[in-house]
Amino acid sequence: MKYDVILSGVGGQGVLSVSAIIASGAMAEGLNVKQSEVHGMSQRGGAVYTNLRLSDKTIYSDLIPVGGASLILSMEPLECLRYLDYLNPEGQLLTSSNPELNIDDYPDLGTLLGKIRSLRHAQVIDARKLALEAGSGRAANMVLAGAASKYLPLNAETMEDYIRKIFQHKGDKIVEINLKAFHLGRRSQ
Amino acid sequence: MPEMVLLGDEAVAMGALHAGISAAYAYPGTPSTEITEFLIQNSKKNNGPTAHWCANEKTAYEAALGVSFAGRRSIVSMKHVGLNVAADPFMNSAIVSIHGGLVLVVADDPGMHSSQNEQDSRYFADFARIVCLEPTNQQEAYEMTREAFSISEKFQIPVMIRLVTRLAHSRAVVQLSDAQPENKLGKAPEPNSWILLPSNARNQWHGLLNTQKEMQDLSEKSPFNPLKLNPGFKEFGVITTGLAKNYYLENLPDLAEQPSHLHISYYPFPAEKIRELATNVDKILILEEGYPFVERFLRGILPGGMEIIGKESGDVPPEGELNPDNIRPVLGLPSHRGSKQPDIQISNRPPQLCAGCPHADSFNALKMALAGYEKSMVTSDIGCYTLAALPPYSAIETTVNMGASIGMAKGASDAGYFPVVAVIGDSTFLHSGVNPLIDAVAYNTNMTLLILDNETTGMTGGQPTILPSSRLEQVVLGIGINPEHVHLINAHRKFDEENSKILKTEIEYKGISVIIAVRECVETAKRHKRKGGQA
Repeated sequence: MKYDVILSGVGGQGVLSVSAIIASGAMAEGLNVKQSEVHGMSQRGGAVYTNLRLSDKTIYSDLIPVGGASLILSMEPLECLRYLDYLNPEGQLLTSSNPELNIDDYPDLGTLLGKIRSLRHAQVIDARKLALEAGSGRAANMVLAGAASKYLPLNAETMEDYIRKIFQHKGDKIVEINLKAFHLGRRSQ
Repeated sequence: MPEMVLLGDEAVAMGALHAGISAAYAYPGTPSTEITEFLIQNSKKNNGPTAHWCANEKTAYEAALGVSFAGRRSIVSMKHVGLNVAADPFMNSAIVSIHGGLVLVVADDPGMHSSQNEQDSRYFADFARIVCLEPTNQQEAYEMTREAFSISEKFQIPVMIRLVTRLAHSRAVVQLSDAQPENKLGKAPEPNSWILLPSNARNQWHGLLNTQKEMQDLSEKSPFNPLKLNPGFKEFGVITTGLAKNYYLENLPDLAEQPSHLHISYYPFPAEKIRELATNVDKILILEEGYPFVERFLRGILPGGMEIIGKESGDVPPEGELNPDNIRPVLGLPSHRGSKQPDIQISNRPPQLCAGCPHADSFNALKMALAGYEKSMVTSDIGCYTLAALPPYSAIETTVNMGASIGMAKGASDAGYFPVVAVIGDSTFLHSGVNPLIDAVAYNTNMTLLILDNETTGMTGGQPTILPSSRLEQVVLGIGINPEHVHLINAHRKFDEENSKILKTEIEYKGISVIIAVRECVETAKRHKRKGGQA
């Protein structure tokens, strides 16, 4: 079994936190994991992505080959397209519908979302809306983690354990909000 | 055996801890920063070993040398271009008889993710005639760092660990082994071996050259340089170095035959093993992450008839990183197919200054001050403020190396240009901006220096500046600038008008003037607020 994921978004959106939850969950279930991250210059509001590789065999390359990803999980709709080349034609694309408008030449949002929805195996989620429903707009990345959990070769409970672990020091309320966001994402269609 | 999930950088740090280091030194630089961050956190938690940020890579290296002279083990880490700054102590440390093990970790950045070039540090190791180890995964990063300390003490040389971005910033499980205790304190036994007067230095250099054969022998025997022969397949054999091995193994299942394969991660590289490979194959394909370092030597080692394909022959991409895809053509494999892009323009999203960044306000004030001039020149430096080169600011014209903004402004002014403004951050100023400012003060150069003081090293994640911000003004005054031409301004947009007037007045002053624009980085301010208002 191998399962490669590209996580994408804009610096500051919590791409690394989601990546860490999936990676930790996979390790807890005994899988081999490699997680290649982006640090430094591009983190400043630029396009960021991580390569996350899960397998029950040895993983050599830190980077996913073209067409190798089973899932693209994106915190931002324009960013989900930037790495589409890496998605297997049978792979799943999951993205938030909420744009980060920090550039001048952002395409028309309606057209963009239309193009994404017309792709095979694409799911577009209003992550901010579900996050607000859970109690905080900042939990949008956990909504996406929840949506991804339907496809990942992991038990949702393992991921929930890590959400508890990561947010524990911020208090019970924050843990509850993030778990609720995760569940709303998991149930989203 | 205990295990931990570690970044490549952190695996190096754990290796150093378990090798019994007494101290670690560094200046932050992507992709090496996390080594020392990890060691500083560890030091706070366990009350040692010492882990310090330093003013620059040269001072960091020199502190590590002092630890070695006192008999203990130390690690010094930097990014590739940091070794240019530390080249003087580095080259000469190869000549002294290293006492306590000294390991230099250099993190190269092929692909220039966060750097101004992609220089390959293996050339520096070769230049100094020392051993370099190059891990390909986190486990090796841990083990090789431990081994590097033994090699350092065995041959009495500094040993280099070469990392690259993709390993430094990739996480995986690492199996740990038992830690060893620190070395005993005790000066180097042969004092002349550390006094590089020409007469001593000649002896030391002779000794280093004599050790080369032993280093070479170890390379031939080292399990870090595995050779796997397949006598049944002669068409071509493969040599890999660094992460190229991972990309090669990723593609190996797609090849019909398994070529003979030599992987090199201990340098000086094993010439005999290369010859042995060559006698078993008709052609050699060489895949290296970085410059064609081994390839260029090979062309001198092997018989004339042997075909060598690699970067030099144009068959492997000579710039940027290797990856699992761009080595497929040379392996004779078809490209993989991915999903098709829909018909829509995917706009670039370059990094940018954060909302509310004090630098943005300073550049605004500077642009207002320069608006009245028909022409002007703004030299700049390395840091978050380099992003002001991009629209909407387009406010700076040079970024070359740490500290260059000030020396270049002096030169341009000497050449007759006016007005000239140098813009540098507080951390970069303390790293290597003070010396060129001394030059400008010595000749009262007609230029203006704008120091953007956000009270942190921002681009690498907000490490503390080596001196508290409040002392910057005293440093500048201490060099001997006329205090009338030194100003502290508040880097906030509500003072843009006022600040631009001060800048304009000082630009007009015919001599060196310094303006320090102060306001804390918005990112570190947020962090301090969350921690409950600590300074």
